Amino acid sequence: MYAYIIRRVLSTIPVMAVVAVFVFLLLYLTPGDPAVVIAGDYARPEDIERIREQLGLNKPLYVQFFTWVGNVFTGDLGISIFSNMPVLKLIGQRLEPTLALAICTMIFAVVVAVPMGVLAAWKAHTWVDRVVMIFAVLGFSAPVFVIGYLLMWVFSLNLGWFPVQGYKPIAEGLGPFFASIALPTIALGLVYIALIARMTRASVMEVLTEDYVRTARAKGVNNRTLLMRHALKNASVPIVTIIGVGVALLIGGVVVTESVFNIPGLGRLTIDAVLRRDYPVIQGVILIFSGIYVMVNLLIDLSYSLLDPRIRY
Amino acid sequence: MRYLSTLAKGIGIAAVAAAMLSAASAEKVLRIVPHADLKNVDPIWTTAYITRNHGYMVYDTLFAVDEKGHVQPQMVGKYSLSDDKLTWTFTLRDGLKWHDGTPVTSEDCISSIKRWGKRDGAGQKLMDFTADMKAVDAKTFTLTLKEPYGWVIDSLGKISSNTPFMMQKKYAETDAFTQVTEIVGSGPFKFVKEQWVPGSKVVYVKNTDYVPRSEPASGAAGGKVVKVDRVEWVYIPDPATTMNALANGEVDLWETPAPDMLPLMKANPNIEVAVIDPLGTQGWLRMNHLHPPFDNPKVRQAVQMAVKQETYMQALVGDPQYYRTCKAFYMCGSPQESTAGDKGYLEGNMAKAKEMLKEAGAVGAKVVLMQSTDIPLLNNAALVTAQILRDLGFNVEMQAMDWSTLTSRRAKKEPPEQGGWNVFHTYTTGADAQTPVTNIGTSGGGVERAWFGWPTDEKVEKLRDAWARESDPAKKKELIDELQAQLFEVVPFANYGQWFQPMAWRKGLKGVLVSPVPFFWNIEVAEK
Repeated sequence: MYAYIIRRVLSTIPVMAVVAVFVFLLLYLTPGDPAVVIAGDYARPEDIERIREQLGLNKPLYVQFFTWVGNVFTGDLGISIFSNMPVLKLIGQRLEPTLALAICTMIFAVVVAVPMGVLAAWKAHTWVDRVVMIFAVLGFSAPVFVIGYLLMWVFSLNLGWFPVQGYKPIAEGLGPFFASIALPTIALGLVYIALIARMTRASVMEVLTEDYVRTARAKGVNNRTLLMRHALKNASVPIVTIIGVGVALLIGGVVVTESVFNIPGLGRLTIDAVLRRDYPVIQGVILIFSGIYVMVNLLIDLSYSLLDPRIRY
Repeated sequence: MRYLSTLAKGIGIAAVAAAMLSAASAEKVLRIVPHADLKNVDPIWTTAYITRNHGYMVYDTLFAVDEKGHVQPQMVGKYSLSDDKLTWTFTLRDGLKWHDGTPVTSEDCISSIKRWGKRDGAGQKLMDFTADMKAVDAKTFTLTLKEPYGWVIDSLGKISSNTPFMMQKKYAETDAFTQVTEIVGSGPFKFVKEQWVPGSKVVYVKNTDYVPRSEPASGAAGGKVVKVDRVEWVYIPDPATTMNALANGEVDLWETPAPDMLPLMKANPNIEVAVIDPLGTQGWLRMNHLHPPFDNPKVRQAVQMAVKQETYMQALVGDPQYYRTCKAFYMCGSPQESTAGDKGYLEGNMAKAKEMLKEAGAVGAKVVLMQSTDIPLLNNAALVTAQILRDLGFNVEMQAMDWSTLTSRRAKKEPPEQGGWNVFHTYTTGADAQTPVTNIGTSGGGVERAWFGWPTDEKVEKLRDAWARESDPAKKKELIDELQAQLFEVVPFANYGQWFQPMAWRKGLKGVLVSPVPFFWNIEVAEK
């Protein structure tokens, strides 16, 4: 097991290296020049060239790449071209809102979706199942920003229960924190509820047809125990897998949700940096995102052995 | 009775605590949603308007433009020009202090002007005419010219980017191409760097040591009296969210409301919508003068004849209350407004335009049009132009890209088939477009000195230069008329209209100043 963990952790290094090379090349081969943006409309060509030189953008691509990689190994993600602030500091400022939103969304989605999926499987082909599936299809179909605006209109503008926008850190108190994160969590969570509920339903329905479930029934095991101990536990591997896959989707969804609810998170930081070609920031954020994604998937893989003792590493 | 007494004491203590809390929270905060996120804080290093606006918060200027467009002294108390019109003497007014408490000196101002003169177009021109700048004493300095120049005060009072903000000497001596990172100004607000979160929030507090001028506030000029304790710039990128936040009282003012949100906001009794910028914005359909078909002035004139400003303004703005058709190269409503040289251009005379194009032999010519898809106004302008050019008889190839890509691509001087271009759109504020010195779009300096598109016309350059040197208003007017007539022939850009960006704020907010640049002194926040 430990050997496997070490192997998996080590295997993240080439993955991250590939991501780093890919992102770097993609960025530098994309048209657009931060020096032109900085120099402004009045700039003479020699001014633009001077800015490019100061930013090190006139150096050969491989020199820029290895300089960046060397700095990353020392924990230095560089300096933002525009704000002149360390990328690590910028990411630090934005990490809490994004993590808070992602974690709250995942918890909310799992807490709501798993019971929904189990219920739909248990009551398969009844009106309960249909209602759950209609909800799931709606969750898939409605874009996050539409849900976001609707929630804002009902709960902020009409009922006045939550603020329209902004984020309050946990340090300012749990009440303001939850008030600021509630609507974004629901808006972003709906699509994951749909995803997880459908997967849970399918997995549990499959398990419910297994011989051991019939045997358990024959032994007189009550429905609750049958569902929670026998069916759900054995159906959990695909459910956990889809939760892991959902993290990638979540990162995409966070970008939109942060814009709609004006949450100063990593998603917004990424968009702003891309639009301005703030290369160090884009590279830093994508590196962090890919690191999180790789780690989450590692944790998901490791959890398989806990959920299914037959799986051994 | 004892219980009643205890209860009364309890209520009393609670009341005192409440009063203390109330006092602590009585801080007057003005929360505004700016047009963009503040990415950098050095207004000389960048021309970004958001950094210019930040500059006005924390720095001060020697001269400033008032509501009527006249330049007035701001940090300067008195000033004079020698009889030979070569030496200007400026004396700073009393009480000017940097945010660290040290006094503002002549040396600070000289260094600041020099740094600005390396980056700004008007500044560079002023420096070309300047022989020397010398400190006479701590508060007085001179600027000696090589030859008389009529645009000294106007340059020092330049309202828009790059505005000549005064900085402490140690910061003003920073290379003009390197950002100043420590923000120590002498303006009416202090920047709270520790609370700055790029992409989210910028915080300023009132500079209690600031001594405003005694005149009432007017545009960028007059007394900058701060009536709140704190100003927060809350950047909200989504227009619908911003409108909801304004309606919900979470923010007090929205600098640039999206046009499609205006009807909703006007219908809201708690929101006031008004235009505070008297000059507005000017649209440019920029053609590349280096390559066919627009290297031929007759072809450019044909496009100018085909363009109908009304069509663009409907597509870009919609509500006639917020736009006007205006053919003047130096803005309608400015002292440089002129009708000279117009031959019925910009009214969409398609029959005449087709005739002109046929005469020029450019029917069916290929045109590469760069379409900036991430800026709705420019995207709409590109769509309108594409249709006009097709109707006119061009073979239009639209190339979609984001603005950042476009700004790099527009610098390419190669032919379109080698990565160059024929047409793109942009716009500029009236504050920049209103004079021949600051309106870079009207430069005819060619490949070396003109703006992207590189119009080349010696007469235009001579007239621009003559206007800058002239100080007699009547002669200036004559020069503008002559210059505009020549510009209609050269067509550095086809002017697709003038529009006015309204501002929205919560009812009860008082003292919003009329100006092309938003200022946040003089504003009083209503009780909520």
